[in-house]
Amino acid sequence: MADLLEQAAVSPAESGAGEAPVVSADFEIVPLKGLPIVGVILAALVVSIATNKAWPIDFFHVAGGGMWTALDLFLGLVIGPILGRLSITARVEFVRRFMPKMVLIMPTLVISTLAGGWQLARQVGDLNANYVDHSWLVASFIVVAVMAVIALGVLEPANIAVLFELKKPQPNGQVIATLMKRFIVTAGITGIMQIATLVIMTRLATS
Amino acid sequence: MSTASPRPATPRRLPPVAELIVLSVALMLSGGVYLAAYLPRHPSLAPAIVLLAAGALSTLLAVAMLVRIKPFAWQKFFLVSRYAFVAYLVIAGVLAYVFIYDHTRGATLAVLMGTLAVFALDVPMVIAFTVARYDEVSEPFSS
Repeated sequence: MADLLEQAAVSPAESGAGEAPVVSADFEIVPLKGLPIVGVILAALVVSIATNKAWPIDFFHVAGGGMWTALDLFLGLVIGPILGRLSITARVEFVRRFMPKMVLIMPTLVISTLAGGWQLARQVGDLNANYVDHSWLVASFIVVAVMAVIALGVLEPANIAVLFELKKPQPNGQVIATLMKRFIVTAGITGIMQIATLVIMTRLATS
Repeated sequence: MSTASPRPATPRRLPPVAELIVLSVALMLSGGVYLAAYLPRHPSLAPAIVLLAAGALSTLLAVAMLVRIKPFAWQKFFLVSRYAFVAYLVIAGVLAYVFIYDHTRGATLAVLMGTLAVFALDVPMVIAFTVARYDEVSEPFSS
């Protein structure tokens, strides 16, 4: 898998040699139309925690976590390697349409999963240190923390920097290629780490 | 729409601002995991306080290095950091709400709030720095 990621990350398309120049375009880095939807989801999350009812809390954790895991796996292990083999022009076109949506989707899924999951664990007693699988729960905290460092410290800044670069009158193809290499590698790593999340969560759900 | 012309792409060598902030994020998350692993009991706060202090120091070092970079795209930096800060304030706020709702109180809550505060500063800073470092600046920064 590491070889696959490396191969994707350094494909010849990245050199920019023989590539058409990157074309600037006007687009929204943060899609404003999506903000009310995010607001409604976060408000519903807060209400579900305040009412402390099992079903809505479980819904936020399971639905949010399922989508987060599936997106990370799909992006890291399917889309990432494909993206690494595309021409710069094709990658730019994809990024321009795809990344702004991810700027809203991923943080919303992550906060829904974590806040819902914490409340769920509290409600069913998994947080107690004498819970038989407490160590598995702590392992899930560690996996999420490592993924968060990668996603928040490397992946998200690179995504947003690419979007800003694309909005410039003269986007720099090499800067975009460098930042996208970061995206492809880090998305692959978080994708692989999500497998650990699946193992831990299925174990916790059945214990 | 306009077409790009080739221009030098090699970014300037800058001090390790992003690395220090990412280190701080890692320390904050480590502190959060440590506390979360013990809640709702009251763990020894010493490790969490050490992690919080080390993370805050790392952030301060990053800021000290950042303000010495000349020239730097401060306008772009503040534009990005402003909006990112609002977003991460909301995220940290939801997490704080969950901890408070679950009766986390006293010194444990204070350390958690400090950890969330540094976290909510770190992430916007690293996003804004990454965007601004690739921005072209002609005017030297003057304080």
